[in-house]
Formats: sequence, C-alpha cells, structure tokens
Amino acid sequence: MSNTVTAAGTMEKRKKRLTQFKKCIPLYFMALPGIAYLFINNYMPLPGLVLAFKKFNARKGIFGSDWAGLSNFKYLFATQDAWIITRNTILYNIAFIVLNTVSAIAVAVILAELTSKVKKFYQSAILLPFLVSAVIISYLVFAFLSTENGFINNSILKPLGIEGISWYTEKKYWPFILVLVNTWKTIGYNCIIYLSTIVGFDKGYYESASIDGASKWQQIKKITIPLLKPTIIMLVLMYIGRIFYSDFGLFYQVPQNSGALYSVTNTIDTYVYRGLLELGDITMSSAAGLYQSVVGFILVLSANLVVRKLDKENALF
Amino acid sequence: MKTREDKIFQFTGHIIMIILSACALIPLVLLVISSFTDNNTLIRNGYSFLPEKISFYAYEYIFTSGNSVIRAYGISILLTALGTCFSLVITTMLAYTISKRYLPGKGMLTFLVFFTMLFNGGLVPTYMNYTHTFGLKNTFWGLLIPGLLMNGFNVLLMKSYFVTGVPDEILEAAYIDGASEFKSFYKVALPLAKPVVATIGLFSGIAYWNDWQNGYIYLTKRTDLYSIQNLLNRMIQNIQFLTQNATNITNANVGLASIPSVSVRMAMAVVGILPVIIIYPLVQNNFVKGITLGGVKG
Repeated sequence: MSNTVTAAGTMEKRKKRLTQFKKCIPLYFMALPGIAYLFINNYMPLPGLVLAFKKFNARKGIFGSDWAGLSNFKYLFATQDAWIITRNTILYNIAFIVLNTVSAIAVAVILAELTSKVKKFYQSAILLPFLVSAVIISYLVFAFLSTENGFINNSILKPLGIEGISWYTEKKYWPFILVLVNTWKTIGYNCIIYLSTIVGFDKGYYESASIDGASKWQQIKKITIPLLKPTIIMLVLMYIGRIFYSDFGLFYQVPQNSGALYSVTNTIDTYVYRGLLELGDITMSSAAGLYQSVVGFILVLSANLVVRKLDKENALF
Repeated sequence: MKTREDKIFQFTGHIIMIILSACALIPLVLLVISSFTDNNTLIRNGYSFLPEKISFYAYEYIFTSGNSVIRAYGISILLTALGTCFSLVITTMLAYTISKRYLPGKGMLTFLVFFTMLFNGGLVPTYMNYTHTFGLKNTFWGLLIPGLLMNGFNVLLMKSYFVTGVPDEILEAAYIDGASEFKSFYKVALPLAKPVVATIGLFSGIAYWNDWQNGYIYLTKRTDLYSIQNLLNRMIQNIQFLTQNATNITNANVGLASIPSVSVRMAMAVVGILPVIIIYPLVQNNFVKGITLGGVKG
C-alpha cells in the first residue's frame, strides 16, 4: 500500500519535473548564446593546457605533438626567467596592494569629510585616468619620459643643468614609475568602494564623539578606520587572490616593450605573451601559463576560504 | 558651529584633493597642448605646457592625409557598438535564466559561469583555440569575440540584480496575463533592471573602445582592420606606418620627411581618447554605481 503511494508519488514528481522542464525550454534557449560563448571562450581552450607537457610541433598540432613529461617545467625553472617573472609579479602586486589601499582610504576619508560641492569634481578628476586605455597611458608617460622630447628631460632637468636621463633604458627608475602610474590610474577607482562604505556609517557615532570633544583626527582613528576594517580585509584578500596576475597593458605598453628593462618589467603575463608571439617559444610560454593558472587558482580558492571564514556575506562562494 | 579644527581639516582636505586632481589631469593636459604645438617647436623644446608656437597642422594632417585614421576610428566605433549590444543581449539572457529559482539544472549552469572566474586557461590555449580551431586570425571577429564578449562576473552581478530587484509577483502577474517567458523577460524584467543594464553596457563599451590586445594578438596582416588603439600602438612604435597606409603610396617617401611626427602622435592620442572624455560626464554616476555594486560582491 505504502509502496504504491510512494511509487505514485515519484511518478507524480517525475511528471511534475517534466512539465517544469518543458515550461523552462524557452529559458534554456535564452541561456544558450551565453553558455555557448563560455564554452568557446573559456572551456574549449582548457584541453590545450596539455601543451605544457608536450614538445610542440606545429605540423602535428597540439594533441599530435610528442609528450615531453615535465621537461618544459624543468627548463622553465632552470632559467633565471622563472624566478624573475614570479618575483616581479608578486612584488609589484604587494606594492600595489599596500599603496592602493592606503591611498584609497586616505582619499575616501577626506572626500567623505569635505562638505563643499567641489568634492564631486575632485572625485570625477581622479577617476578619469581609470578610463584611459593602456596605449594612451603609454603616450602620456612617453610625453614625460621621452629622452629627446620628454617634459622631464627638457623642462625640468635641463633648466637645472642636469644631464637628460635615458629613461627607457635605465632599469633603476622603473619600479617607481610603474607603481606611480598604477596609483595614478587606479586611485579614483579604489577609493569609491571605501567612500561608499564610509557614507553608509551611522552618523550617530560621530555626533556623540564630537559632543565628547573628540577631534576630527581622533574620530577618523577611533571610528572610521575600525568600522572600515572588514571592508579593508575583504578587498585586500580579494586582491591577494589575484596576486599571480598582472595588468598586461601596464607592464607591456608603458615601458614600450623595451628590452633593456625586462628584468624589472617582465611579469608572468608579459613573459607568456612574448614567448608565444614574439619568440615563438610556445612550450616555455605554455608551461609558464599553466604555472600561472594553477597557482592563481589555488590562491583564489584560499583567499576566498579565508573571506568565508571571516564573513560569509562577502565570499564569492 | 564649525570649530577651528574643522576649518583646518576642510582646508587641508581641499589642498590635498586639488593636488591629486591636478596630478590626475596634468598628463592629459600635456597631451592636448602637445597636439596643438608646432612640430619643430616640439622637437626643439620638447613637450611643454607653454609652447612657443601653436599649430593645428597635426589635426589637419590626420584628417587629410590618407584614410587610415578615419578608417580605424570607424572600426573602433563599429566594434564598440556591436560588442556592447551583443554583450548585453547574451549577458542579460543568461543572467535572467539562472536567476529563476525553479529552473531545473540551475545549479549546474551557475557553476559553469562561476568556474570561469576561478580558473582560466590563459593566453596560449586561448590563442590556439581561436586561431587553429576557429580561424579568427586576421578577421574582424578576432577583435570582437576573444575575451570581451561576456564575463562571468557581469553575469553573476546581473543575476543577483534580477533576484533581488525584480519581484516574483510582478513576473507572476505577467505570466497570468499570458506573457511568454521571453516576453516577460524583455517587457517586465529588463526595464526593471535598467540601472544594472546601463552599468554593464558602460563597462563593456569602455572595454571595447580601449582594447588593444585583441588587435595586437589576432591581427597580424590585416592592418586595415586596426582599431584606433591598434593604430596608436603601431604609431608609437613606428611613425612610418602612417605613410605606408596613406592613400597616396607613391608619395610615401616625400611624405615621411614632412610628417609632423611628434605632434601627430599626440593629436592621434587626443582623437583616440576624445569619445571617452565626451561621454564621461554623462555616464559618471552610473559608472560609480557600477563599481560600488561590483565591490560589494567582489
């Protein structure tokens, strides 16, 4: 008796699910172009990752090429390059994280406190560089640094009687230039999230603090920063998850692909690009690419795990 | 009511922000001024905020000598328009579908979208896929399709907007009135999601306008398909490119000597950034909203 009931129940359920499915057919059709694109753009390339374990032969194709085991990785890590690109990628990212976070919070705090309407203008001005393409940024930097015509050599150093600097061949300046350009580009973007968080804080805290005679500085230190802490931690963790990736435009375009600067401008992304399209060294390039994908994946997962421990709401999954 | 301390804070705050705003804008000002500077003055004195001699020749040159700039501009406009439209269509439809709680297989579809944010094959396999399997090299599709058409982040952003911003009751009412799934999507849900549609469209439009990588990677021979960014990129490497692509090839050698090379570069960069500067004040609020929206989720 009970068996027939459950059987009828499952039948009913199956029928229901079928009608549900039928009802959803138009929805599946709507999802189709998007899923097809993800398939083409994101999933179809994945089998190509085996290239990192192969001796690539253009005539035999990716899957026909002979296996090379781990020898591509052995070669990669035997070179100085592997160390340099990993170091550059990580160190630049650390510098960006620290500087971007500190400057973004400082600007957000100031903007939140300013009462005048001009603050809207300030915000627009500092956000604008974010919309400038990497190619045009390289033009802007070139206008300042060009050896023959550059603003710095001609209008600053020359009047001071200092010999012009050949910026695009002198390594020692580039870590600073790249960090500066990155801050210039992203400060407006980075401060927006902090600003919107600060604007959402309860005004009551500040009112009672100023009644108690707390100075502006004390209010910032004792109220704003502690309240911002969760946001700061989240954003920094998210950033750490991406520490193995770099802004290709910044590291490739801004130094104008200058060979003399590679040891301080080469990151994993630029290395993979050059290997594939300039040097034709596909095996090395794909080994470095897989290295980035796998370590990057582990870092994203771990960063998210930590975020989830701290605050489930903000976790990606 | 304002204390002395408040005033000092306001004052220093303004000073700091004025300096930062100036730093943000000064490079762009230098770019614009250089483009209006006489070429010989530029070569003699370098880029300067106060040029000795002003000249409009660089712009004249761009718009009269050869069609490569105007052509590249046309390609950029077409690319941005098509790219943004396609991107919005496929992103909104996919997001709407996975926002349905009752959809069988919803979890799997969402995971397919989500996984792309965690792991990607990187440049080499992607390049192989597009060139060997799909033959996108040296076609317009090579500019349009790789990487930019849709991304998982935007889909999930939009999906969460559909879940929270479009109440089920309203859609329910549409179904009762006999509207199909598709009709209720674009007549009811989409208009309600306008803010997020505008934001994602904006991000996508800027990404297409500013993109130079696709052209750099996939256009090796068809330089006639170059977008303005690719042309600019080529120009900074090689001023001769402009003459090679000029319509009057016979005069190329004569032309090269007379090209106001330094100021032309800057004028082209100004032309390239102009659309962004023009729309910026109109879309800024949407842009800020978009960043905040994205920041909350990631």
